[in-house]
Amino acid sequence: MTQGTQGMQPKISFQDVTRRFGDGESGFLALDRLNLDIADGEFVTVVGPSGCGKSTAMNIAAGLLDVTDGRVLVDGKGVAGPGPERGVIFQQYALFPWLTVRQNVEFGLRIKGMPAAERRRVSDHFIDLVGLKDFADALPKTLSGGMKQRCAIARAYAVNPTMLLMDEPFGALDALTRVNMQDQLLDTWSRERRTVIFITHDVDEAVYLANRVIVMASKPGRLHKIIPVDLPYPRTEAMRLSPEFAAIRNEVWHSVYHQKPQIEAKH
Amino acid sequence: MNGAATTVTDETETRSRSVADLPPLLINVVAFAIGIAIWWAITAAKLVVLPGPYEVLVRAGELIRNGQLFTDIFASLRRVLTGFALGVALAIPVGFLMGWYKVARALIEPYVQFFRMIPPLAVIPLAIVTMGIDEAPKIFVIFLASFLSCVVATYQGVISVDRTLINAARVLGARDGTIFARVVIPASVPFILVGVRIGLGSAWATVVAAELIAAQSGLGFRMQQAQLYYDLPTIFVSLITIGILGLLMDRLLQATERRLTQWQERAQ
Ligand SMILES: Nc1ncnc2c1ncn2[C@@H]1O[C@H](COP(=O)(O)OP(=O)(O)OP(=O)(O)O)[C@@H](O)[C@H]1O
Ligand SMILES: [Mg+2]
Repeated sequence: MTQGTQGMQPKISFQDVTRRFGDGESGFLALDRLNLDIADGEFVTVVGPSGCGKSTAMNIAAGLLDVTDGRVLVDGKGVAGPGPERGVIFQQYALFPWLTVRQNVEFGLRIKGMPAAERRRVSDHFIDLVGLKDFADALPKTLSGGMKQRCAIARAYAVNPTMLLMDEPFGALDALTRVNMQDQLLDTWSRERRTVIFITHDVDEAVYLANRVIVMASKPGRLHKIIPVDLPYPRTEAMRLSPEFAAIRNEVWHSVYHQKPQIEAKH
Repeated sequence: MNGAATTVTDETETRSRSVADLPPLLINVVAFAIGIAIWWAITAAKLVVLPGPYEVLVRAGELIRNGQLFTDIFASLRRVLTGFALGVALAIPVGFLMGWYKVARALIEPYVQFFRMIPPLAVIPLAIVTMGIDEAPKIFVIFLASFLSCVVATYQGVISVDRTLINAARVLGARDGTIFARVVIPASVPFILVGVRIGLGSAWATVVAAELIAAQSGLGFRMQQAQLYYDLPTIFVSLITIGILGLLMDRLLQATERRLTQWQERAQ
C-alpha cells in the first residue's frame, strides 16, 4: 500500500503550518505547527472536534487562506494561491446556481480556454461518471443534495487535478446516499489514484475510506494522532462489519472523543 | 425584500394550476367593482364634492379624443425613462465599484448615504436655479432618485455574493476579472433588479411631483392646471393614469426579473 512516504517526495507536505485569526500574538490560534506529509495517491481522512482547524488546514492547502507561519509544499513547491492541480469540494456544494450542470462542469475548462467541442467531450465524460447524464441541462435548484454534490465532484474532476481536497463533502447527505457516494468515490479513486484529503465528522466514514486517519485536537488546533488503516481496497460492506474495522474505528473514536484537554499556552 | 415578488409568483402558479384556485382573481374583480360602486354611491348621494365614476369616464374620453392625455403621458414617460435610464446606467457600475473595491466604497458611500437622506424633491429648487426651467432639472431629479435607490441595491448585491462561490471559481483557476464577470455579476443580478424596481418606483413618484412644481406638460402639470380651474374630473383622470402606468411598468419589470432570475431557489 502507499503508506510510507520514505524515499519518495510527498505529494503535499505541511511544515510547521500555523494560523492565527485576529491580531498578532493575542489572536486566536486556530492551527498550531501542523506537520504532515501525504504521499502521492494516498487517501487520508481528517477527523477531530469542531473548531480544531480542519477547514483552516484545508483552505491553506487549497491556497484560499494564508499561513501565519510555516509552509505548505505541493510536489516540493510552495503553495501561493489556488491552482487547478488542487481540486476542492466544499460542503455547501458551491455550484453556480445560474449555470446548468454541464455549464458548471465546464466552468474550469472554459477558464483554461479549452475549445467548445473538447469541453463538451470532457464534460460528457465526467457527467456520465457521476451518473448525471439525464440532468446535464438541469439547473442546480432542481437537483437533490446528493446530485448537487456529484455535480460538484464532476466539476472538480473535469479540470484534472492531481489532488482532491474535500471538506465534509457528504455531511449533508442522508445515510444511504452517503454510503453510495463513498463507494463511488473509492471506485474513481482506485482507478485514477488522485491524492485525496477528506475531512469528515463521521468516524465510520473516516475509517472506511482512508489509508490513514489523521486525528486532530483543538485549543489550539493541532495534529493529535495518525492512525493507519490496514485494510485492503476495494473496501466492502462486509469489511465495514468486520472486527478489524471495529477495532480501528474504536481507536479513532477514542482518540477523537477522549482527548486530554490541553490548556492553550498564553503569551 | 422580494417578498412581494414571491407572493405574486405563487399566485400565478396556483392560478394556472386548477379552476379551484380561481377565486383570488375573482375576488380581485369583485373588490374592484365594489370600490367603484362605493365611489359611485358616495358621489351620487352628494356626501362629498367629488366627481363620480361616470363623470371621470366622460372626461377621460374627451382627453383621449383631443389627444391631450397622450401628450401628457408621453411628456411624463419621456422624463421618467430618460432620468431612470441614466440613473440606472450610472448606478450599476458605481455599485459594483463600491462592492468590489474597499477604497471606492470608503470614498463614495458617505455621499450616497448623505444624499439618500435628502428627498429628491427637495433638490428641485436648487436644480431650477442652476439648470433653468426646461427639461434638465426634472430629468436630473429623476436621475438622482433612481440612481440613489439603485446604487445601494447593486452594492448590497455585490457584497453579499456567497464567498464559497468566489472560492469555488478561484480553485477552478479563475482570476479576478473572470470572477467578476462570471460570478459576481450573475450573482448580483437579483439584487440589482430589485434596485431597478425600487428605482423606477421612486422615479415615477418623483416625476409627477416635479411636474407639479415646474413644468409646461405632463400628468403632474395637468393636475396642477386642473387645480387652478377646480377641474376635479381631470385630476381624477390624471391620478388614475399615473396609477395604471406605474403598475404596468412595475409588472413589466417584475416579469423581466422573473425571467432573469429563474435559477434562484424560491421559498414555496
Ligand atoms: N475567518 C475566521 N476568523 C476568525 N476565526 C476563525 C476564522 N475561521 C476560523 N476561525 C476559527 O478557527 C478555528 C478553527 O476553525 P475551522 O473552521 O478550521 O474548524 P473545523 O475543524 O473545520 O471545525 P468544523 O468541524 O466545525 O468545521 C475555529 O475556532 C474558528 O472559530
Ligand atoms: Mg470545517
